[in-house]
Amino acid sequence: MKKAGIIMIIGSLLLLGLFKFPLWNIMLGAPQYPDPLGMDIYIEGIQGVEEFDIQNIDGLNHYIGMKTIPKAEDMWEFSVFPKVIAAMSLLGILIGVLGFLGKLSYKWFLGWFILMAVLGLLGMYDFNLWLIEYGTDLDPKAIMKLLNPDGTPMTYKPPLLGYQKMLNFDVDSWPGAGGYMLMVGMFLTLIAFFLGRKEYKNI
Amino acid sequence: MKKSINILAALAMVAGLVSCNDGETKKTNTGGQGGLATNAAERVYVAPGEHDEFYGFMSGGFSGQLGVYGLPSGRLLKVLPVFSQNPENGWGYSEETKPMLNTSYGFVPWDDAHHPDISQTNGELDGRWIFINGNNTPRIARIGLESFKTEEIIEIPNTAGNHSSSFITENTEYVVAGTRFSVPVPQKDMSINEYKGNFKGALTFIKVDQETGRMGIKFQLMMPGFNYDLSHPGRDKSHGWFFFTTYNTEEAHSLLEVNASQNDKDFIAAVNWKKIEEYVNNGGGTKVPANYAHNVLDENSHTATSTMIKEVLTVNPMDVPGAVYFLPTPKSPHGCDVDPTGEYIIGNGKLSADLTVHSFSKMIDAIENEKFDGEAYGIPILKFDDILAGVVKQPGLGPLHTEFDGKGNAYTTFFISSEVVKWKVGTWEVLDRQPVFYSVGHGMIPGGNSRKPFGKYFVALNKITKDRYLPTGPELTQSAQLFDISGEKMELLLDFPTIGEPHYAAAIPADLVAPNSKKIYKLADNTHEYAVLKDADVRVERDGNEVHIYMNMIRSHFNPDNIEGVKVGDKVYFHITNHEQDFDVPHGFAVIGANNAELLVMPGATETLVWEPKQVGVWPFYCTDFCSALHQEMQGYIRVSPADSDIELSWSLGED
Repeated sequence: MKKAGIIMIIGSLLLLGLFKFPLWNIMLGAPQYPDPLGMDIYIEGIQGVEEFDIQNIDGLNHYIGMKTIPKAEDMWEFSVFPKVIAAMSLLGILIGVLGFLGKLSYKWFLGWFILMAVLGLLGMYDFNLWLIEYGTDLDPKAIMKLLNPDGTPMTYKPPLLGYQKMLNFDVDSWPGAGGYMLMVGMFLTLIAFFLGRKEYKNI
Repeated sequence: MKKSINILAALAMVAGLVSCNDGETKKTNTGGQGGLATNAAERVYVAPGEHDEFYGFMSGGFSGQLGVYGLPSGRLLKVLPVFSQNPENGWGYSEETKPMLNTSYGFVPWDDAHHPDISQTNGELDGRWIFINGNNTPRIARIGLESFKTEEIIEIPNTAGNHSSSFITENTEYVVAGTRFSVPVPQKDMSINEYKGNFKGALTFIKVDQETGRMGIKFQLMMPGFNYDLSHPGRDKSHGWFFFTTYNTEEAHSLLEVNASQNDKDFIAAVNWKKIEEYVNNGGGTKVPANYAHNVLDENSHTATSTMIKEVLTVNPMDVPGAVYFLPTPKSPHGCDVDPTGEYIIGNGKLSADLTVHSFSKMIDAIENEKFDGEAYGIPILKFDDILAGVVKQPGLGPLHTEFDGKGNAYTTFFISSEVVKWKVGTWEVLDRQPVFYSVGHGMIPGGNSRKPFGKYFVALNKITKDRYLPTGPELTQSAQLFDISGEKMELLLDFPTIGEPHYAAAIPADLVAPNSKKIYKLADNTHEYAVLKDADVRVERDGNEVHIYMNMIRSHFNPDNIEGVKVGDKVYFHITNHEQDFDVPHGFAVIGANNAELLVMPGATETLVWEPKQVGVWPFYCTDFCSALHQEMQGYIRVSPADSDIELSWSLGED
């Protein structure tokens, strides 16, 4: 189980990338913004891709009555997410080390993966809820109140994943570097599980 | 008077003769320049959304400004205000920028801008700053190439007709300004006909701080009362020297077109500025009373200050032996150009049929061996034959200026015969000639006045336009012409109109400048005395009859936008801060009946407009720059009450 344990440790360590790199990134391009405005969503808060992007996105959003983009202290997620990630990373490392020393079954690797996957899905669900609220809870005194073709008020929820055209904006929402590190890390823990099982069977 | 008419007639006849002789070649040349015969259009076409390869800075001449063009497209990118008020953006009208145009003569809102020169390091363009001279009320301006804004203007004392300016040494140690008109120094009431021997020609060396670019006059060399026409620095091997053409060595004070054209040879003055710098650093020179303005625009406060300086250090060339020599040069030389190696000094004798090229190494040799041919006011005159490198024989008529392509070729402009002539440096043979339309003054190759020219294009800056464009009545723009000089023969690619009357120009590869171009000013760095950085600080204050409105603006409103309590006879200061931090979102400000101009406030900046209401009423103000979909809503009202009214000041935004 030495090899599997090492891979488990590496996979868990990759989670720590989220403290340095954004989990998610949303870019907003428009005819007037050939250099798109963008926000990087970190587990500890939201930052502009360029220094004044958040201020400029807020400036534009006030026309359609959207709330300003939340500061780190405005959302519980930004204090809880770092704790969860740090805890899961430590737990994964611990499982990896114990696996390496042969003190644990390889099944623990899968257990960690399933737990992380559940937490991740919950995180995505929560993120989507926020996007819905952010895009639909509009100021009734908004300067521009636009309607859909069917007569319902237009809302502005950015896509959870992928591209969407919203008014004059091209919105792209994709994982950031931290998000990709998380995915690779989780994939590695799954490999650790299969490798561990193979090593176990060979004994 | 009769004499002058004869001379003019003779010149006109000569010009006529030459154009007759050239008629045939001209025809074939223009035939080859048709759009269909070449792919010229393709070579100047910059597709929509793409950028030009070079920034071209064309002096605005009598507009007082600096035109910024893209090359090779010839598209006007910006009119950069320097010496003249510019109502388009409030330059020279706003309280912040008025001090920039202050001089010892008071507020001077116009000048005649001639010779832009881009800063250099080791003789190569570095894209930090561009300098330009005001000819009429002698001044030198420095423009920062991050903000494309005039950051500093220094007045030059003891000078009149600041024409042999503003050329820089190869590490931007100095920017040099020379007087075209000699004058009494100090100025005094005296008879004009006592000119000879009494007037002085000041050559001013302005030290440039390498960190900030700040200018300060290091010394003025007080030369004999000739006309110092143009100048260029020595470079590479001749670094440390500066060369000035002179005319009117006759020292005439009237009817100069005749009386200053009598000497067979005038001079190029060679000045060893390193030697004089050393002399000055060791305490040499004489401090004399002076009065000149030094105006600096602070980028963080967006505010200019003008300081009067009361003293200047003068140097008598006689006191620094070996510092100044005269190189005899035929017939009222105009341009004074130094090739990229620093070896050859070209005197463009505008009334001569030949081009004279002096050799720097021969000059040094002649100085060491004291091969002198007399002296003028104690300054040794070197022997013409001993310093001559060569002569370009009969290249054309009326040579004015020469530029270099860095491949061993020189390009000289000829005003009278209206052509550009390419010749080989060293062999002095003429390689090509092309007509220009019409009567070219300066020519410009990007970096053509440096150790490293970018010899791809030559721009002819023509003085006469005539029929080149659709007619616009008697008054026309000037015209520039772009040649491709990458091949053996010059090829005309493009005509484009230019603002004012460009004299010299300077161009630089875009990639040395564009990446540093500022997009906004940071609001957090704004230190303007009257800036309002937070909405909570918005207010209106009265101080006697002065009313100060601390206002800000962001898409799409002013804060405050309703103001009451102002009275007839008040002097109202609108101090307006643009809270945008987004690229290309300036806001304008205009108020009805303002006796000055508008403001155009860049993101993060603060500007002030003074308004003196004369009529009771409720008066609107609005944003002039179409800033957003709700630009038309960006407006406000200011109520003006009778002078004896007791209405208190009040202000608001968004209240019913």
